[in-house]
Amino acid sequence: MLSKRNKEVLFNPLSNDNPVLVQILGICSALAVTVKLEPAIVMGLSVIVVLSFSNVIISLMRKTIPTSIRIIVQLVVVAALVIMVQQFLQAFSYDVSKQLSVFVGLIITNCILMGRLEAFALNNKPWPSFLDGVGNGLGYMIVLVIIAFFRELLGSGTLFGLTVIPNWCYEHGYMNNGLMILPPMALITAACIIWVHRSRNKDLQEKSN
Amino acid sequence: MKALRKFMDKLKPHFQEGGRLAKLQSVYDGMETFLFTPNTTSRSGVHVHDSNDLKRTMITVVVALMPCLLMAMLNTGHQHFLALGVAAGWGEKFLFGLLAMLPVIVVSYGVGLGIEFIAAQIHHKEIQEGFLVTGILIPLIVPINTPLWMTAVATAFAVIFAKEVFGGTGMNIFNVALVTRAFLFFAYPSEMSGDKAFIKVDSALGYGGSLPQNAIDAFSGPTPLGHVVTGDITHVPSLWDSFVGFIPGSPGETSMIAILIGAVILLFTGVASWRVMLSVFAGGAAMAALAHGCMSETYGASMLDVPTQLCLGGFAFAAVFMATDPVTGARTKTGQYIYGFLIGVIAILIRTYNSGYPEGAMLAVLLMNAFAPLIDHCVVQVNVKRRLRRARAAKNEVKV
Repeated sequence: MLSKRNKEVLFNPLSNDNPVLVQILGICSALAVTVKLEPAIVMGLSVIVVLSFSNVIISLMRKTIPTSIRIIVQLVVVAALVIMVQQFLQAFSYDVSKQLSVFVGLIITNCILMGRLEAFALNNKPWPSFLDGVGNGLGYMIVLVIIAFFRELLGSGTLFGLTVIPNWCYEHGYMNNGLMILPPMALITAACIIWVHRSRNKDLQEKSN
Repeated sequence: MKALRKFMDKLKPHFQEGGRLAKLQSVYDGMETFLFTPNTTSRSGVHVHDSNDLKRTMITVVVALMPCLLMAMLNTGHQHFLALGVAAGWGEKFLFGLLAMLPVIVVSYGVGLGIEFIAAQIHHKEIQEGFLVTGILIPLIVPINTPLWMTAVATAFAVIFAKEVFGGTGMNIFNVALVTRAFLFFAYPSEMSGDKAFIKVDSALGYGGSLPQNAIDAFSGPTPLGHVVTGDITHVPSLWDSFVGFIPGSPGETSMIAILIGAVILLFTGVASWRVMLSVFAGGAAMAALAHGCMSETYGASMLDVPTQLCLGGFAFAAVFMATDPVTGARTKTGQYIYGFLIGVIAILIRTYNSGYPEGAMLAVLLMNAFAPLIDHCVVQVNVKRRLRRARAAKNEVKV
């Protein structure tokens, strides 16, 4: 079940081949849904579900899909899954689905999905494809959660909606940083994570000319 | 002087390779070149050294900023005692302003230089003196009531993300001082704009009076442009007042006279580009004239005439000290005209037609900073094409 290669497929995207930090995919949604932790986690889970199952479905069909229309087939599969996730969220956690608004729907256009389907699912068996989907989805979610943690903490002074910065800080003149709530700081936070990540993983650093 | 030289020479071995403090080599080097002109000469080829090196250029800008700084202190004190309703002499006003601005200057230099020193140590590079100017610009453009920790956070952010990550002095895309202000403006909007930011009504380091707490809460001292943006132009000071500068505003921006003295110093020494300066004012005047031409009650600033528009707010300060930054601005001559003109136009455009921002100079300069390399690229390409065409024409003539 978990051969050496399968382990790599599952765990590599968490750090060494992280979709956001190394492949720089899925940045747009990382900006949009990371103001608070809760929507970030739900978004991450949605992506894991959609990505792993679409990977499996495409992998099962990989020998029957004509190359010339493969993108359309991929889109249909992803769209169907995304709509299922969306309906599920609306039924069981309406508030979060309202916060996420269009961004769950926009998973269809998330670069990570198309990238993994094209690069992995089309050439691999269903089980490794499933693991690849889970791994990449997790890698995406980890980054989202880290970004959302800092943005919610510094921007709103809360975590999961609970106030964590004590009142005496505010009384002594501390203020929440309004810029953290705006999209630019999501990019800068992501950049900082990449910075730390690269300085820990020397082999990922680009050679300077 | 000789004693100092001897002292530095005595210290030198400790900082060289293998010495006890070898890690702090760049600090020593920075101090030494700050105190003495290096007497090392190039050993190969023919070199022409201009005595006008980076340090001297920077110091010239700092000197040009001195009139603004002095006026800023005087005006800070003037506004303080005016708001308190206390009569005070010029000496007292200046002393209050000095005490009010000193902490901001210390924080700005302390944080900025601290980061520069650390970055130089990490990269084993010489310490660059780029922060000398930025450090004095920040206290001049940040409203006087901004809490010091906010200024510190913003300075750190700007130095790291607008400068060090791009490679330090001379490599930054955006003006570091303006990034500091923009960070404050978007992160802490309530502290940075509105009617409480620009006049200090409590004491500075224990000096000067303070309004009672309920009076502070009720106090309101918006800048002239703060009035204008709400459509109220009855509070606009006379042209002479805004020219001399005893009006509320960010410390350095109020006095046109001080800015013009600075401009003369910069232009006389050739540190700043007159093309940029001139075209910023031209662009601003053109846009102000246009806005005044299609005057409307909805947009308060469109009811101001051209000279008032140019004298109020941070426009002139941005034109003289921000737009002319040689690192972030356009470098080709034609490019400088385009770059400056667009800064002027956009600054007045934002000020007049966007009711969210009473002043647009900061955003205009930052926006054009981003476009300066593109402008230069286009100018160079046009020139290349023109010369190619000329060469081709000459070739054809030879054939005929």
